[in-house]
Amino acid sequence: MLSLYVPGESVVHRARAGLKLGLLAALGIGLFWVGSPAVMAGAVALVVLAGVGLARLPWRALAVQVRPVWPWLALLLGFHLLVTDLRTGSVAVLRLLTLLAAAAIVTATTRVTALVAVIEWLAAPLRVFGVRPARIGLVLAMTLRFIPLVAERAARIREAQAARGAHRVRLGMAVPLLIQVLRMAATVGEALDARGADDAPARRPRRRTAVAS
Amino acid sequence: MRIGSGTFRRVKSRDLAYVALFAAIVAVLGLLPPVPVPGLPVPITAQTLGVMLAGSVLGAKRGGLALLVFLALVAAGAPLLAGGRGGLSVFVGPTAGYLYSWPIAAFVIGLLTQLFWKRFNLAWALIANMIGGIVVIYAIGIPFTSIYGDVPLWASFTGSLTFIPGDLVKAVAASVVAVAVRRTYPVIELPGRRAAAS
Amino acid sequence: MRWGRRPAEEADDAVAPGAGIELRDVEHAYGERVVLDGISLTLTERRIGVVGANGSGKSTFARLLNGLVVPTSGTVLVDGLDTRTQVRAVRRRVGFVFQDPDAQIVHPTVAEDLAFGPHNQGLPDDEVQRRVEEMLGRYGLADHRDHPAHLLSGGQKQLLAIAGVLAMRPRRIVFDEPTTLLDLSNTRRVARVIDELEQDVVVVTHHLDLLSGFDRVLVVEHGRVIADGTPAETVPWYVARMD
Ligand SMILES: Nc1ncnc2c1ncn2[C@@H]1O[C@H](COP(=O)(O)OP(=O)(O)OP(=O)(O)O)[C@@H](O)[C@H]1O
Ligand SMILES: [Mg+2]
Repeated sequence: MLSLYVPGESVVHRARAGLKLGLLAALGIGLFWVGSPAVMAGAVALVVLAGVGLARLPWRALAVQVRPVWPWLALLLGFHLLVTDLRTGSVAVLRLLTLLAAAAIVTATTRVTALVAVIEWLAAPLRVFGVRPARIGLVLAMTLRFIPLVAERAARIREAQAARGAHRVRLGMAVPLLIQVLRMAATVGEALDARGADDAPARRPRRRTAVAS
Repeated sequence: MRIGSGTFRRVKSRDLAYVALFAAIVAVLGLLPPVPVPGLPVPITAQTLGVMLAGSVLGAKRGGLALLVFLALVAAGAPLLAGGRGGLSVFVGPTAGYLYSWPIAAFVIGLLTQLFWKRFNLAWALIANMIGGIVVIYAIGIPFTSIYGDVPLWASFTGSLTFIPGDLVKAVAASVVAVAVRRTYPVIELPGRRAAAS
Repeated sequence: MRWGRRPAEEADDAVAPGAGIELRDVEHAYGERVVLDGISLTLTERRIGVVGANGSGKSTFARLLNGLVVPTSGTVLVDGLDTRTQVRAVRRRVGFVFQDPDAQIVHPTVAEDLAFGPHNQGLPDDEVQRRVEEMLGRYGLADHRDHPAHLLSGGQKQLLAIAGVLAMRPRRIVFDEPTTLLDLSNTRRVARVIDELEQDVVVVTHHLDLLSGFDRVLVVEHGRVIADGTPAETVPWYVARMD
């Protein structure tokens, strides 16, 4: 459904999500110690090779995720050419490109459910704030459920207001919409209780299809 | 809220629903057509409006959690950012600092809103939204861009100035809405106050 | 007393079937506002209807029956279990269906949503899966298994909401205006589904024709039960009173 996952059977696909995320984080920090454009260019090449060769992702899957950042990279390079020098500029741009490509590969090769499991694990410290990590999967699923619902209710309110002569999208529609969806969410809270959400067993909830991927 | 009336227990599930709701609202705001601004590499989007609303309607804790949930979905690969962006790459891009700032911004807005709750009006709402929704976001976003792009702070700062007018408009909009919602459906409760009508 | 999972389940079987729901001097107020006042009833019939004007307190009454609302004074007992202290056990016996199907579907796809309740009951995965399949089949949702719930029609959504509750196998189900948002044909469909349930049901409704085969109908006005009898006795009386 709502996902950038590209199904596959490669080693990268099968690697553990936590490992991939850990490597990505390490890369994010490690690349700051690299100062040579040549080494950095090598890093980009290596990552892209890993994506296309090792993970067997189509070029397009990577491009889709990196494309929106092109203008920023161009701007960044332009800035460095004006203010510093080509060497610093190309290192900065290549570093970002490496990270972007690596992140795109992790996203494209890791099931949403696996990432959610890592997120639950990472969220364990939030217990201090009364957050139950096991509930995170439920809240994420509910969010995906609410997105079309909110969009649909917004459209309905817009129609109702248009029918009464308001043709532009107005701020005024935000208030009835918010109140309507807040009321609905309060009932959803009751429905969660009625269906035993606070009864949920301590073991990990089964997330076979939790976030369709 | 009376514990004896049994409502106390229920609050938890309802809060889960509120958190999910505002995460969804931020996502839906990303579906609105972005406003392209000549000379800017990224268009202005309505999603920070969602950040402000989450804080000023739900309060600090729930508002901050709503944005964490939103970012978790984005990180998990849901293309929910304006323009259909998502995945982990947005968290390492040059503007990632702005994303990281959202949960903190919503939390700060919520904190200020709760502080002002008794005399909450348009002016207080504006103060909360401008501090949390503009100052906090830039205070995190600008240094991040500067570090990741290896550019001096001043350059990163000037680059962001172009977004300020749009952000002011959003702060005003969020404040007007927050004050109106508080009048009919107050979600934030102060200790000792009665529950919101539902 | 707090009940762990085990003792509560044992207690489930220990209670004589058909013990019913008992309300003793129940009063409920939201803040200062008293919305239910001095209600004492025993509900043992299989089909019970509740009618009354908007704001008369029907939804509050319905919510009392599975502990979503706990009375400000008085007691509600479900098969002898107090909704105030044994709310989990009570909720496992009494399912609840709301008016707005959108407000009770919590997962993005049909099969996941059906699995939600049974999973919360701590059932093993294969049993959860079995119940999901059973419900998908029974309510004609099998073709929609992995569909996003928001693509279902209003009637299908309400069927999904009902199926989600039935998957938990409660002994009773309380419906709060289950057909109010549905068109005529979907109203009939949901009415038929309710009619065929083996569970005891309590139905709050403004659709009086839903009540024709019922055993008992309560008329609520200003937080009191002002009439209580068979549909033949109460419904015409209620209609006349509204004119
Ligand atoms: N959570 C709440 N807080 C405060 N007042 C409430 C709450 N819920 C209901 N009320 C009030 O209690 C009264 C009874 O409400 P209830 O929902 O039980 O009526 P109802 O008979 O179900 O009405 P309808 O036919 O409109 O559904 C109403 O006046 C309502 O405004
Ligand atoms: Mg009602």
